[in-house]
Amino acid sequence: MKTVCLYFQVHQPWRLKKYRFFNMGKDHNYLDDLSNRSIMQKVARQCYLPMNALLLKLIQENKGKFRCSFSITGIAVEQFKAYCPEVLDSFKALAATGCVEFLGETYSHSLAALASKEDFTEQVKLHTAMIKKEFGQKPTAFRNTELIYSDEIGAMVSELGFKTMLAEGARHILGWKSPNYVYANAIDQKMRLLLRNYKLSDDIAFRFSNQGWDEYPLTADKYVSWLASEETPGEVVNLFMDYETFGEHQGAETGIFDFMKALPKVALGAGVEFATVSEAAKKFQPVSVLHCPHVMSWADEERDITAWLGNELQNEAFSKLYAMKEKIAKLKSADFDYVWNFLQTSDHFYYMATKWLSDGDVHSYFNPYDSAYDAFINYMNVLSDFQIEVEKALEAKAAARKRTKKA
Amino acid sequence: MRVLMFGWEFPPHIAGGLGTACYGMTRGLARNGVDVTFIVPHAYGDEDQRFIRVVNASDVEAVYGSTESGADDILDKISFIHIDSNMVPYISPEEYESYHEEFVKTGKRVWSTTDSWKQRYTFSGKYGANLMEEVARYAVVAAQVAKNLEGQFDVIHAHDWLTYYAGIAAKRVSGKPLVVHMHATEYDRSGENVNTQVHAIEKTGMMAADCVMAVSNLTRNIVINRYGIPAEKVVTVHNAVRFAEKQSAAPERGVDDKIITFLGRITYQKGPDYFVEAAAKVLKRVPNVRFVMAGSGDMMNHVIRRVARLGIADRFHFTGFLRGEDVHKMFQLSDVYVMPSVSEPFGISPLEAMRSNVPVIISKQSGVAEVLDYAVKVDYWDVDALADAMYGLIQYPALANMFSAKGLEEVTNLKWNNVAAKMKTIYERIVEESKNK
Repeated sequence: MKTVCLYFQVHQPWRLKKYRFFNMGKDHNYLDDLSNRSIMQKVARQCYLPMNALLLKLIQENKGKFRCSFSITGIAVEQFKAYCPEVLDSFKALAATGCVEFLGETYSHSLAALASKEDFTEQVKLHTAMIKKEFGQKPTAFRNTELIYSDEIGAMVSELGFKTMLAEGARHILGWKSPNYVYANAIDQKMRLLLRNYKLSDDIAFRFSNQGWDEYPLTADKYVSWLASEETPGEVVNLFMDYETFGEHQGAETGIFDFMKALPKVALGAGVEFATVSEAAKKFQPVSVLHCPHVMSWADEERDITAWLGNELQNEAFSKLYAMKEKIAKLKSADFDYVWNFLQTSDHFYYMATKWLSDGDVHSYFNPYDSAYDAFINYMNVLSDFQIEVEKALEAKAAARKRTKKA
Repeated sequence: MRVLMFGWEFPPHIAGGLGTACYGMTRGLARNGVDVTFIVPHAYGDEDQRFIRVVNASDVEAVYGSTESGADDILDKISFIHIDSNMVPYISPEEYESYHEEFVKTGKRVWSTTDSWKQRYTFSGKYGANLMEEVARYAVVAAQVAKNLEGQFDVIHAHDWLTYYAGIAAKRVSGKPLVVHMHATEYDRSGENVNTQVHAIEKTGMMAADCVMAVSNLTRNIVINRYGIPAEKVVTVHNAVRFAEKQSAAPERGVDDKIITFLGRITYQKGPDYFVEAAAKVLKRVPNVRFVMAGSGDMMNHVIRRVARLGIADRFHFTGFLRGEDVHKMFQLSDVYVMPSVSEPFGISPLEAMRSNVPVIISKQSGVAEVLDYAVKVDYWDVDALADAMYGLIQYPALANMFSAKGLEEVTNLKWNNVAAKMKTIYERIVEESKNK
């Protein structure tokens, strides 16, 4: 009896507009409203709405036997509310079935885990509150931005009250071991880990429509035979992928929706069960601790964090951003928090990557800028203006306090 | 005095300082009573016609009659001939080749015979396949122009190496004396890695000329020492500057901090590195200052990385390439303008900054340093001195005020009229000399 744990990542960044030096000090709207709106509405039309409807139907048809998990960033939810509230409603409908688990993560899809414990805690608490409010669940499983994980990050997540965490089944960490078991964090062994089976996940997410692939075309029957076979040892197969895989990266014309429509029935027929992240982690005992002293992620061939913090541009932007946190905290202003949150989104740093060799295709697909340097200049212009605004607001606040004291 | 001048671009189609200089110079000459027939590659038909008579010649055998509009007596002094060519100033043979390839891709028919000297010049859409060929073809046309205009000029004046062959050809046809004008040398453009073909043309032009005009003593020294041109033949004629009558209103400042600006191509020759290093030093002492690097160029990415590594990216901003009104806006937003050029034959941009009341810091290795008193001058490599000067100008208002007030006065007195008067005496001298030969 094998269990399949399906988990989908939902995220859209707030994209910045072209913000020039001449805008500084005068213009404090940093967002590219047009592209944010058009991209969100396009993805909603092609992916979120049809796929949510399909999942709802599959859950109803299979009477609770088909289950899956989501993590949705706070930034994505903000955009649902702004541009397509019907998407948020359809996620709420999925939550109401009781067959869908919502995981905790950072509110902004941020790299806060790499900045400091305080930054990370703030981001996670913000996200937990949002999930509770929107979907009525208190997350007990956690997935960090881009599956960024290390022993220490795992322990930090455990301290925040989570029982299970997702990580990449990276070859350099696992060695001969299989990702298809439950593992435990090396520092805090109560923290259970589910590791992504990247081969079987990427068969759907990346290779599904690749006609040069020797397994093309991929059918539900073929895929389930792989899941159930002896070739795939272990107890739980973790299929983690971007939700935009369905209808967006793999367009409807590739047959991806038909594949998903057929998958549950074929799988259940072959004795494969579905479970949410927390259910899968509870169902099996950890077979071993997993040592991961260095930070890893699910990105690129190297499975490291160099896509976000791999060159001097990214390091500079990152350190200048997080140097502001105390001032933001002092301000206690919803307006400033809003900007502070969207500036933390990891995508901004991803655009500044200069490692184009092995994974250039994937990088350029997601990048609205002509070059890493353009991305850096634009981000720093926005950040510089934000710094000035923060300083001004702090001065105004101090002046107001003085006045009330005198009075 | 009548001059046949092989020059570059006329407003409004100006790509750089060369066109601006030609324009100012021609106006100045006209005011000094010199007749100028001005020949440029590629005219567009909407040039400023108050001071010139545009004569479009899409092929040389049909030089059109002058279109006179006698609103100003100076108008009669200049005629303007357009030779169809895709040569542009500041182009290197390598760049030309890549432009040319693009030209081919866009589907236009390209004239491709290698023996350009034998071609009849039916020009429309047909240009040389490489720059050297085009330079040669331009010379053939120039010879024809000189022949057609025989007896209508006393001296020939060629600007920049691309027109030197044209100047020589015109001299051979007409027997009139030739002046070549060195706005920049190949050593300024390429450092020590000179393009030998370009170098050879420059040298040939200067050897064939009766007089070489250099835009600064710096350039004059290079001409004498590196090209081996006899010193008595080389004279320094500093550029001047001409400003639009109307200054547009200063834009509203967005930030309260002081702004120190670098504006120009971000290339080795312009010394952007030294600006960055000095900026980092200043920022260690003064928090309320911002640095702006306006422009683009092959060193831009390198500079961005360096700025990031120095950890000053929230105080050091890049605007990319600026055009027209934005350039003006940038000057007006600046508190200090810096031109740390490693090698600059003249350098007109500090003058534009001074015109906007901005104190300037320039490198001693720029030609413009020879004509300015109210500018802080430092060695381009002396980052400490550069940082010192920046610090002084933003921290001590008295100093900045002195430089901006006196600087404006100084720059207002750099008039093309005076330069043109000097040029006129030189013309007269060489015409006299050539008659006696």
